[in-house]
Amino acid sequence: MIYLDNAATTWPKSPGVGEAMLYFLDHVGANPGRAGHRLAVDAARIVYSAREAVAELFGAPDPLRVVFGANVTEALNLALRGLLCPGDHVITSSMEHNSVMRPLRALERQGVGVTVVGCSSEGFLDPALVEAAIRPDTKMIVLNHASNVVGTILPVAEVGQIARRHGLLLLADVAQTAGAFPIDMQADAIDLLAFTGHKSLYGPMGTGGLVIGERVDPSLLEPLKRGGTGSRSEREEQPDFSPDACESGTPNAVGLAGLEAGIRWVLQRGVEAIRAHEMALAQQLLDGLQAVPNVTVYGGLEASRQTATVSFNIRGMEPSDVGLRLDDEYAILCRVGLHCSPAAHKTLDTFPGGTVRFGLAALNTAEEVRAAIEAVRQLSRQAQ
Amino acid sequence: MTPDGYAVILVHSTSHAMRVERLLRDEGIACKMIPVPRHISSDCGVCIRILCQEIDAACCILEAAHVEVESIQTI
Repeated sequence: MIYLDNAATTWPKSPGVGEAMLYFLDHVGANPGRAGHRLAVDAARIVYSAREAVAELFGAPDPLRVVFGANVTEALNLALRGLLCPGDHVITSSMEHNSVMRPLRALERQGVGVTVVGCSSEGFLDPALVEAAIRPDTKMIVLNHASNVVGTILPVAEVGQIARRHGLLLLADVAQTAGAFPIDMQADAIDLLAFTGHKSLYGPMGTGGLVIGERVDPSLLEPLKRGGTGSRSEREEQPDFSPDACESGTPNAVGLAGLEAGIRWVLQRGVEAIRAHEMALAQQLLDGLQAVPNVTVYGGLEASRQTATVSFNIRGMEPSDVGLRLDDEYAILCRVGLHCSPAAHKTLDTFPGGTVRFGLAALNTAEEVRAAIEAVRQLSRQAQ
Repeated sequence: MTPDGYAVILVHSTSHAMRVERLLRDEGIACKMIPVPRHISSDCGVCIRILCQEIDAACCILEAAHVEVESIQTI
């Protein structure tokens, strides 16, 4: 079996992730932050270590500004719904996932102005167009760091500088790049960083969060939910300090144990080394697929300008049929369709049909890529 | 070491307590996480117990790291 659905969720996980989760369940297991006994303290230490790992990976100075949640979608909702009010204006790109588009469309109905800046048909964004879209009431720019459809990298750092010049906040959705592409909140001028644990951080599903930069006052962030935090228990009002303000309820501590192990593996291997490996695989895949007759490959077609996620179609064959036959006949697992990103597919002119997506990750090999290209070649011969 | 009494460092939350523990242990200051003594606060969280003689050193470390401390009390 060849697993190429890593842009949705990486699998297999990196060494140590499963062990860390099993250790938590078998030997720790208590509720972090809800008691002072040794197991509760051990659990709290594990959760805090996960905060430290996240802060180290993204160059965030204070682990207490790492707010954990279920996934990047929750983190994006927290940032968008927690900071934008009717009368505010927000700018985004036409390559966004619905995890950004749907909260924005809902906010739009409540009186938040939304401008979607168009990207090129390869999926790239011109920062000058973002700057041109800024209005007096603009408060935030929210940007996908890399497309989940074609992997194209958006100019987060350049837009971050634009945001700083205009006194705006930059919210970066790093679902596709965290662990696979170097990210530094300071250098990239990211004020709010929304990440998920289950992709290239190699953690389990149900982990993710929002890292709050120094230009944002955490007490101004309206929580998505309120409840028990284990702190200020004498009061019936929600605490206003990070991370407790936005972390009500028992956290997914077993998941965070796994997330920390995944991030430690990424840090040990090195994001630059992972990036080099994935870039080589991506170029091999791009070149190989382009050489197959009847195959259209989308995006920039240069590995240096994208992640290791590649979208394509075989002429005369529906993406759903390609996906089914790859699974049934070649045991190659991928994702087909619109990938929760109708805006991106409209930009790429692949809407509503969608594409076949191969998402590579650090544990894929050149041999797997070769086999995937060969499978597509065989299918394309049978097309039309 | 001659016991000369303990002090507890009270912070906003367990997450803050974990940060304090990490910072102090990295600098060689012995500390133990304990439930917040009932006579100090009705909170259900934890605090950090250190030796009284290390209060000054601990304060310096926490100040340098910009950790917000609610109070430090001898027990």
